Amino acid sequence: MQTVKDALREIRRYPSAIAGLLIVLMLVVLSIYVVIAIPYREAITLWRGGEGTWRSLPRTVPPAWINTFRSQKLPETIDLDSRKGAAERQEAPLGEGKSVTLLYTFDYQADDFPREINIFFETSYKERAPFASITWYTPDGREIAIADLALQAGSTSYRFAQDDKLLRRIRRQVGDVPPEVGLFVAPNPPENPRPLKGTYRVKIQATAFDPETQIDAELVVYGKVHGIAGTDHLRRDLKIALLWGAPVALAFGLLAAAGTTITTMIIAAIGVWFSGVVDNLIQRITEIVLMLPLLPILIMVGTFYSRSIWVILGVTILLSIFGSGIKTYRAVFMQIRESPYVEAAQAYGASDWRIIFRYLVPRIVPMLIPNLVTLIPSYVFLEASLAVLGLGDPQLPTWGKVIQDAVANGAPYKALYYWVLEPSALLMITGLGFAMLGFSLDRIFNPRLREM
Amino acid sequence: MSEQAVAIPRKKVQSASFLQSTFARILRYTLIRGVTLFITVIIGVYLTVLVANMGGYVDQIRKGDIRETITIQVMNNPALRNLGPDAKRQLIEEKIRLEEHRLGLDQPFLIRSFRFLENALTLRLGFAQFMNSNSGSRQVKLILLERLPATLLLFGIADIFLFFLSLFLALILSRQYGSFWDRLFVVLSPTSSAPGWFYGIFLILIFAGWLRILPFGDLVDAPAPQSRLLYALSVGKHLILPIMALTVSSIFLSVYSWRTFFLIYSSEDYVELAKAKGLSGRAIERRYILRPTLPTIVTNFLLTVISLWTGAPIFETVFNWPGLGRALYQAVGLFDVPVIVGSTVIFAYLLAITVFLLDIIYAILDPRVRVGA
Repeated sequence: MQTVKDALREIRRYPSAIAGLLIVLMLVVLSIYVVIAIPYREAITLWRGGEGTWRSLPRTVPPAWINTFRSQKLPETIDLDSRKGAAERQEAPLGEGKSVTLLYTFDYQADDFPREINIFFETSYKERAPFASITWYTPDGREIAIADLALQAGSTSYRFAQDDKLLRRIRRQVGDVPPEVGLFVAPNPPENPRPLKGTYRVKIQATAFDPETQIDAELVVYGKVHGIAGTDHLRRDLKIALLWGAPVALAFGLLAAAGTTITTMIIAAIGVWFSGVVDNLIQRITEIVLMLPLLPILIMVGTFYSRSIWVILGVTILLSIFGSGIKTYRAVFMQIRESPYVEAAQAYGASDWRIIFRYLVPRIVPMLIPNLVTLIPSYVFLEASLAVLGLGDPQLPTWGKVIQDAVANGAPYKALYYWVLEPSALLMITGLGFAMLGFSLDRIFNPRLREM
Repeated sequence: MSEQAVAIPRKKVQSASFLQSTFARILRYTLIRGVTLFITVIIGVYLTVLVANMGGYVDQIRKGDIRETITIQVMNNPALRNLGPDAKRQLIEEKIRLEEHRLGLDQPFLIRSFRFLENALTLRLGFAQFMNSNSGSRQVKLILLERLPATLLLFGIADIFLFFLSLFLALILSRQYGSFWDRLFVVLSPTSSAPGWFYGIFLILIFAGWLRILPFGDLVDAPAPQSRLLYALSVGKHLILPIMALTVSSIFLSVYSWRTFFLIYSSEDYVELAKAKGLSGRAIERRYILRPTLPTIVTNFLLTVISLWTGAPIFETVFNWPGLGRALYQAVGLFDVPVIVGSTVIFAYLLAITVFLLDIIYAILDPRVRVGA
């Protein structure tokens, strides 16, 4: 207890230790929050959700906070769903059926055009599919007919950019620009057009042929920024992967580091205590393991057996048990073995195992803790490395997998820097946090280094 | 026993006997180290074979492959067209049995594993399932050996550069202990916890993506320049970023720990004595500090080199470097089992050779090294 208190008092003298400790604490708190707020199953379903789950988010856009640093503000996504009451609905009987009007109103103040515009219909009817016509009203009072279409039962999507008729109409009425630009500018736009700011309205006028017909529509004007983390090529919100990366990285790093250092230390103690053949054998095995190509073997395991993060974790620990740490621990144990109190223990008849676990091992804990903390980042990065190689866990979203997605989809070439930088920054912060803490702990627990 | 073999009368020709004994010592050490390392390689490769074949997974793939090839052969053979379906099936089964026997697939795993081991050790790595060498060959050995020079070039230059730069900086910093630069390196040493590819991505973003002054990756410009000089220059240009990434990822920790070694040795009594004798700072550094520290440094450097080697698959992938590591990565993507196993074997060899070379250097540097000590 006293040593722990002393250690804590010492830590206060090292600014880098405090910084490291703060980072580690923040990560732990974040991880606990994430695991409670977005349970494991939910995170996986969301991440594997595909187009249906994420259809109202734009593709590969940076986070919204970059607008703070820009004079030309990029638009955020405007998502208006009539089921959530975001449209003015008017229904009136018409012959045997009825007419349904959905009026969407939104204020557009961004300095750039939206990325795309889609409308998703949800329809149910008895016999004949209802007809709908979509009209667009600009702030300067113009009216542009978008499309007339029959709404099939179930979901229908209308994508503005894929409608050739609309493209032709916009070319005639506005100029040679895509719909998401043409609908937001005055006619005959200059070379670098700016969007008209103000209130836009979209009217969906539908004619149904029976009174039970249900029509709902979601208008999505996709922005060029999203949320705190941006989105990827499958429209997924990167926030989920970035948040879930924290508990995964911490769990993998901690378990692997603890698993390897503790087993390594015990094996070193056993070797030193029993000496002779055992010691020799352990040393030879260490030499062999040192030369095993760890990453290629992990790649083989990942390709042939299982990509589950827990299998990889187990193999990593297995391969690192006889790691290079053994030599360091061995040297220290050799000194401890000669101490008088070990001799005394032997004299009163303590068993070999008692001496190893009660007399040798506890003495090395001060050395073990800094080593363990310093090792964590290398395992965090190992997991990321495997993920970047495409051998990440097939289900869990991790930081490494985000980097892999980004690199595989050409993010560095397409200047989608946020996609690479966000997970990298998190990896770096985590790595630095643990490394700074470990290095300072090393200096605190092993005072001989401190003078240097 | 070993002492007697080189015991030459000391007084007669001291320098010659010293050289001779040093030479004999290093030779013997080298031999024994070579043998141990070779045994290590055998065990390492055998482990690779075991991992690759655990659960008979590789066998299944091979058996499936044989079945498919033979079935197609028999079905498409015009000479066998008149055979009844039963007779055809019988023929196919018989041929499969023969082929499996020929490849030794019907033997127990223990025997087969030793055959694999022998093949792997002699680099008879079989044929790739999907990948080709540039000359169009399917031989795994050719595919991998063709890519070896690129890997050796990159990591060789990076290792040498890293070693001398770290040594140089560590010496400078040990002279100015406590200065701004010294503390900067101490503060930055935790950054070495991130691997080279990680800094590689950043460097690519900055120098290739944003500033556009260096290439994104690959070995040479496309199309490759015709003249030798231009080709070499182009390769040099492509080497800058990867070497920078490897350097950034390990230099701070190396310099920090090496300068600590220097500082430890410079507080020894004999250094004080040398100072008192009035020897120049440079002479003290070379004879009294650098000399005894070098073995420690070489060991430390060995671990760095091993970690660099191990990271090659991902590092080369990030830089699109056409080396061994990238071959392994491509093989993973294509699920080309022989290439995956083959490159793991070659990596085991490379690691052993690296350790061997540094061991010899170690023996030359440290006169205390004795075999088995």
